[in-house]
Amino acid sequence: MAKLHYPDDLKYSEDHEWVRVQGDEAIIGITDYAQDELGDVVYVDLPWDEAGKGEVRQFARFGDIESVKATSELQSPVSGQIVRVNEELRNKPELVNSDPYGAGWMLAVKLSDPTELDKLMDADAYQSFLKGGH
Amino acid sequence: MDMSAQPGESLRRTSLYDVHCALGARMVEFNGWQMPLQYTSIIEEHHAVRRRAGLFDVSHMGEFRVTGAGAQDFLHWLVPNNIKRLAVYQGLYTQLCRPDGGTIDDLIVYRMGEQDYLMIVNAGTMEKDWAWINQQAQGRDDVRLQNVSLETALIAFQGPLAAELLQGLTSTDLDAIHYYHCAPGQVAGVTCVISRTGYTGEDGFELFHTWEEAPRLWNALLEHGQSAQVLPAGLGARDTLRLEAGYCLYGHELTEEITPIEAGLGWTVKFDAGDFIGRDALLRVKEQGPVKRLIGIEMLDRGVPRAGYELFADGKRVGVLTSGTFGPTVQKNIGMGYVDTAYAMPGTRLAVDIRGRRLAAEVVKLPFYKRLKR
Repeated sequence: MAKLHYPDDLKYSEDHEWVRVQGDEAIIGITDYAQDELGDVVYVDLPWDEAGKGEVRQFARFGDIESVKATSELQSPVSGQIVRVNEELRNKPELVNSDPYGAGWMLAVKLSDPTELDKLMDADAYQSFLKGGH
Repeated sequence: MDMSAQPGESLRRTSLYDVHCALGARMVEFNGWQMPLQYTSIIEEHHAVRRRAGLFDVSHMGEFRVTGAGAQDFLHWLVPNNIKRLAVYQGLYTQLCRPDGGTIDDLIVYRMGEQDYLMIVNAGTMEKDWAWINQQAQGRDDVRLQNVSLETALIAFQGPLAAELLQGLTSTDLDAIHYYHCAPGQVAGVTCVISRTGYTGEDGFELFHTWEEAPRLWNALLEHGQSAQVLPAGLGARDTLRLEAGYCLYGHELTEEITPIEAGLGWTVKFDAGDFIGRDALLRVKEQGPVKRLIGIEMLDRGVPRAGYELFADGKRVGVLTSGTFGPTVQKNIGMGYVDTAYAMPGTRLAVDIRGRRLAAEVVKLPFYKRLKR
């Protein structure tokens, strides 16, 4: 089985989401572990019409992800206003499997409370968390 | 050979467990067994079976041998299909039904000799089926029952290239084995019963052999099929393949509360071949018309239908799904389920409740996929 990886420059939530902070904006998606567990992703249900309007809240559901064998909720690792939604995932949900940290990104969020990032794990802590069983 | 639970674990393993792990399979629990869900990706394995060939370990399934002077009579009465029409080395698909017509299991019965039959039952119902059959055979000293499940391994080799590839490993003429027939033979030096049956909707074979020989047979098939890019395939692909082909899965489309008539399997119930358990009840259902029917659905709105999701029409609940997934070959989100008969016509619009949202779907004819026959 391919080795899963967890970039050092990201923060991680217990719901298996990652955050890349760029100034006061955060890009979010699901981790390599999450896409591996899900298997072939066939559909990502994102708040497509909410760019520039909608909000996400830390640890609250913002969508769903469907794989061949299961459906899973997507929970935001941060709070803020939705700036952009990855339109590519409409027709190419498999990008979540092939490039979960790059082309498989899901939302760009303007952070409403950067201190929330302290509640997230760094790459080492996330990997410990995965090994610990949950 | 002790195939019972390993100390400290409650799950059974087939003799291919180590082979699956070495191939990188993700193992899951399935009806008390540890089985491979997938090796690479469910979609890749599904495509391999439809385009080339795939290999499945289905050794967890149960096998019972029925012999004795009364074997044929007993089985003919036990199941709704016509056992008496079976020639030696021929098989049929049927059910075990309760007197009220409810389905205990679905299975294949092969005739292996004059009064010698083999029943292939589902893994999850094996103990229940064995108890039922023994109960029905009570007092019949002309019927001998043997549970050979833990001695019998089963490997399925399915796909358009399966016949050509398998022929390279056996001197048995595979062209002479027609669908739902079998023949004894050897494959890669392993003694087998070679059956032309399957659960994928493709041409293919199921190979019954001795438990301990499974790794040898599996490895020979995989190696021989390597240049043709044959893939090992797990339970995930097994489900997407059978769903596209419109096959019932016991525990989903068939349960003790569902008769073969409602499940669209009336063609396997032979009312004119004598008495069988459940005949009166099934005849009543057939004559009155079933109240609900098995249907196939295709999603019109985006969403994946799944077992348990409810179906609505005309503002009311009219049914429920029993299976659902994304079909990689048909490239659609598909499902099977039961609806009130009035809503079972192909073309009927239904709403599927997917996690609180009502999404549009359409009733379609089964199967979703049919292979091109050469």
